[in-house]
Amino acid sequence: MSTRRTAAAGAPAPSPSPPETGRHPHAVVELHGRTVVPGTAEGEALVSQATISGWGGIDPARGVIIERRHPLYGQSFAGKVLVFPGAKGSSGWAGFFQSTRLLGTAPLAMIYVTTTTKAALGAVVTRVPAVTALDRDPLTVIRTGDRVRVDAGDGRGLVTVRPAHPAHPQ
Amino acid sequence: MLLTDSDKAMLDGAEGPATAAAMDLLVRYGRALDAERLCDVRNVAGTMTQPSPVKARLVREGGWDKAYAVINLDSDEDLRIPAMRVPTCQLQQSFGPDSEGIAPYPKEMIELQSDAESFYGRKGVNILATCTPYQVGNIPVRGEHVAWMESSAVVYANSVLGARTNCEGTASTGAASLTGRIPCWGNHHAANRRGTHLIEARTPVDGPLEWGMLGYFAGGLVQDERPVVTGELRQPDLLDLKHFGAAAASSGGVEIYHLPGITPEAPTTQAAFGNGTGAGAAPPEAVPYGERERRGVYEDLNSQGERADVDFVLLGCPHASLDQVRETAHLLEGRRLHSGTQLWLMVPRALRTTADRNGWTGTIERAGARVLTDSCPAMSRSAPPGTRVFATDSAKQAHYLPAILGIEAWFGTLQDCISAAVTGRWKGELR
Repeated sequence: MSTRRTAAAGAPAPSPSPPETGRHPHAVVELHGRTVVPGTAEGEALVSQATISGWGGIDPARGVIIERRHPLYGQSFAGKVLVFPGAKGSSGWAGFFQSTRLLGTAPLAMIYVTTTTKAALGAVVTRVPAVTALDRDPLTVIRTGDRVRVDAGDGRGLVTVRPAHPAHPQ
Repeated sequence: MLLTDSDKAMLDGAEGPATAAAMDLLVRYGRALDAERLCDVRNVAGTMTQPSPVKARLVREGGWDKAYAVINLDSDEDLRIPAMRVPTCQLQQSFGPDSEGIAPYPKEMIELQSDAESFYGRKGVNILATCTPYQVGNIPVRGEHVAWMESSAVVYANSVLGARTNCEGTASTGAASLTGRIPCWGNHHAANRRGTHLIEARTPVDGPLEWGMLGYFAGGLVQDERPVVTGELRQPDLLDLKHFGAAAASSGGVEIYHLPGITPEAPTTQAAFGNGTGAGAAPPEAVPYGERERRGVYEDLNSQGERADVDFVLLGCPHASLDQVRETAHLLEGRRLHSGTQLWLMVPRALRTTADRNGWTGTIERAGARVLTDSCPAMSRSAPPGTRVFATDSAKQAHYLPAILGIEAWFGTLQDCISAAVTGRWKGELR
């Protein structure tokens, strides 16, 4: 039986340890994909392993995730490169993210996996550089805190990931 | 993205700057979706009247023209908003003047919304003010491309009516109203409407509670995909499918489903999966919905209630049908609500008019309960003061309201809810 806590969250619960990225600890990684909203931005990544709700999921006044069952509950995406699987919930999704722009709490850029009308329109009205359909899974390659640059050109988008804390050589 | 000559003319300002801004938004949105082109729509269900702090500020700065430009067109330009180019209705909004003194909601917001109704009424917007436009005269026909918001209305339009719409947003519907265009993507294409999952009911499904639970199960199982449901289904009516779809769009993001032999795009199970053409043409193995799964859904929806003292009963999500109003009146006839419990029944205002004429509103109010319109506690973030525990017959409200208002929830039949309203105690159980 699917329960609300798992199935309705739209994505598996986060694993207790960071996912295996398969990358060299010092390596700069490039991901190639499709531009959703053109533009360039660089900043710190906030990676959500679970889909995000707009209505009832974020507080646009603070730029914070407020859905109680969300793994990033209480965390701010304002000024971060928001990396997430996709959008869920009410059709007010885009309107809520548009409000983050109007209230000055918008993310710096968006990187998402699944294209829906909610996520696409949300990225458009938030007016931040956004990419999707990347050649590697951004949810495993990018970790919260990594330095991420989004170059979303006319059609094609490039994501450059610089690990935040390169591990010491063993 | 391919634009027609007419699209290009609108984009270049031939129809005025507001229409140009609308087309600009549709082009940005269409590219974001990777849509090939736009399609014609002559039926838009969106939202523009509902107050918010941001909207109040925009109206102070530049009137409703400014609010529509920023919120509904995503434009920073100083625009004059023309009449809607295609038929447009306002979905559910916030509580209005008829709820004053009952639902706690700021008077200045009620006045702001009334002002919006007057502005948008003049622009040609039908102020239906309900999440169920299909109950009050907005019924698109099979195959018609429309641009609707509101997840429970979108799933009804696609599945029960056979109309074609994605789950649109505030800005995309705002732009569609001024252009009669929307990206031709997703549910607008026949190939994207075919079933992906097969569910077989192995327990009888009859009445809105059972259909709601089955919908909640289906949404949890398929998430954003497209369930096809067969098995022990009794012929559903509007009410049953209103609850089935709303639940499936709450536990998951279901925008279209098929009931072979019942819904229009699925004369047979084979047809629901595309009649042997295209990907996923053969029906997949059926996932059973039996007594165990049914009980699991019920327990899940009732996992947010601890205290049996119920101080609030909420009915009418999605907005009640006339059958539900009549049945509520029948169950409350000659009875009186418990002193510590309130009951609100949410209906479209157009149906309330009928309920008033039939005497149902009077019967309900004599019991101490209320018939409210236009909104709901989730939309207006408003419940009776001091509410700690609420009961509902709607899987959707049981799903959302505990998180939105921080209260406990019980889910059961209309009879269970009326009993709780009269006794102040929750005694519901799965029969």
